[in-house]
Amino acid sequence: RAMPFENYDWSDVVPIEQDDGPDPLAQIAYDPEYSKAMGYFRALSQKNEHSERALTLTEKIIEHNPAHYTIWYVHLNEELDFIQKQVEQNPKNYQLWHHRQVIVEKLKDCSLELSFTEEVLNDDSKNYHAWTYRTFNLWDNELTFVEKLIEKDIRNNSAWNQRYFAIFHNPTKPSEEFLWEEVQYGISKIKLAPNNISPWNYVKGVIAKSKLKLDVLEELCKSLYQQGIISPHALGCLVDIYEDRAKCGSINEKELGIQTCVLLAEQHDIIRQKYWNYRKHVLASIA
Amino acid sequence: MTSTEKTEKPDELFIDLHVKYIQTLDTKKDDLEYWLTEHLRLSGVYWGLTALDLMNNVDALNKEDVVKYVVSCQHDNGGFGGHVGHDPHLLYTLYAVQILVIEDSLDAVNVEKIVEYVASRQDRQTGAFTGDEWGEIDTRFSYTAISCLSLLKRLDAIDVKKAIEYIMLCKNFDGGFGNTPGAESHAGQIFCCVGALAIVNSLHLVDADLLGWWLCERQLKNGGLNGRPEKLEDVCYSWWVLSALSILGRLHWINKEKLIEFILAAQDSESGGIADRPGDMVDVFHTLFGITGLSLLGYPGLKPVDPVYCLPKYVVQRIGLVV
Repeated sequence: RAMPFENYDWSDVVPIEQDDGPDPLAQIAYDPEYSKAMGYFRALSQKNEHSERALTLTEKIIEHNPAHYTIWYVHLNEELDFIQKQVEQNPKNYQLWHHRQVIVEKLKDCSLELSFTEEVLNDDSKNYHAWTYRTFNLWDNELTFVEKLIEKDIRNNSAWNQRYFAIFHNPTKPSEEFLWEEVQYGISKIKLAPNNISPWNYVKGVIAKSKLKLDVLEELCKSLYQQGIISPHALGCLVDIYEDRAKCGSINEKELGIQTCVLLAEQHDIIRQKYWNYRKHVLASIA
Repeated sequence: MTSTEKTEKPDELFIDLHVKYIQTLDTKKDDLEYWLTEHLRLSGVYWGLTALDLMNNVDALNKEDVVKYVVSCQHDNGGFGGHVGHDPHLLYTLYAVQILVIEDSLDAVNVEKIVEYVASRQDRQTGAFTGDEWGEIDTRFSYTAISCLSLLKRLDAIDVKKAIEYIMLCKNFDGGFGNTPGAESHAGQIFCCVGALAIVNSLHLVDADLLGWWLCERQLKNGGLNGRPEKLEDVCYSWWVLSALSILGRLHWINKEKLIEFILAAQDSESGGIADRPGDMVDVFHTLFGITGLSLLGYPGLKPVDPVYCLPKYVVQRIGLVV
């Protein structure tokens, strides 16, 4: 956008003159540059052209006549178009996303944003900027959108985070029944990929905000282990459950917790040995 | 241009090569990349200088030239741009102060004006910080402002209580922090939030065990760290994850040997520099964070780095800060 509008190639455009009617009253003597720009603008509007030269044109017109509301509206929409093209090439540029946000707020119109972010997430389903952007412009069907992305890639942590956000940042507080369904949803996804931490974090987060207890996951964790499916997250969840019960006085569970920590430290999550030894120590110190 | 593709994995840190790599960065004026990265030239100086100091070679860049360059980036409103003539922004303002603190040359600039600029970035209603006059909000800027004013001993210039409130709005169900309320937990943002809270004595607001677990779970089988679940490992997370763990007193939850192996493998053993992962092109950003990661892990031959300020510890101590 460094070029002045005159420097673009206008050879294919026939300017359309202002039509003030057959006998104009108090005809305004417009600045010739402004008239020229408006002439081109009317021609481009007719063809519904969205381009860099169209954008530059609207800038020039606004310069001459900042009170021209229609041009502002067109200009802002041109900007959205321009940003879309830029984001395709630079999807991780902070400034572009922020700029789009500012324009959408000015236009008070986020009808394009759903498809815009969907396109970006089609290319990169974990684009942090696109997801954060969606939290600013939350839609009623966000859960459906999130579900689609989880189906596509069950390991998409961004989608899981957004699911949590869509449920708990909703002006309508979720019912206990709804949260129970969400826990079941999470469990069903855990079964498909037990080593993927995202649904584990999600389910624990939902439980923490409900009247449910971590115990509801005990059956899942034990059954995975019994099937020979080793998931450090399942074993870790058992440690959490045993620790809670140990704190309530259960000596048996305290022992089970310690044993599970040893299993993790020595066999199933050796790279995080020191963490599991810490958890073992915490359990052992429970009076 | 060489890559870090090697058949043998390096098992030592090529300090001399990295020093030379950083020194020659500014001479590559024929490279397109030099000009494409003009807007973050000041950041490049901070990354390079800090790495050099940690490698005991701070004089490899001429002090007078560095200070003169930093001064030339300051605007009348006190803020600094990414390069001469570039618009002021909080991020570059912090880099400027960090560089001047390393060079012990804060007196070369108008400090009061810097304080004014940084303080003006705070939204007194929400406690959040904008990066510049265009209004983008992000917890990175909360850290940037708090760190900058802390180095200048002027935290009194902002509403600290409100700043903490905003950071806590960005805490997530997994114990981590995002860039705005509800945004996904991300190691970079976590470093910023934990670092900021540490500076203002509010670490008790963090669930250290839960967040510590989230952070140590970033370590992959190859020893490298990623920035959020199910993403690729990247050397820069050796800083964002490690510094946060260090601040929380849980650095030992990471397998040290495997991470060191990973970082060393990402070096260019011919021309120096470190890449985001073994086999990729090097750059000064990853060079710094590979070095700071190794420093935190106690790798020999490096000065200790401060996990909160990302500056050599002796520099932080020299200005009388103890976190």
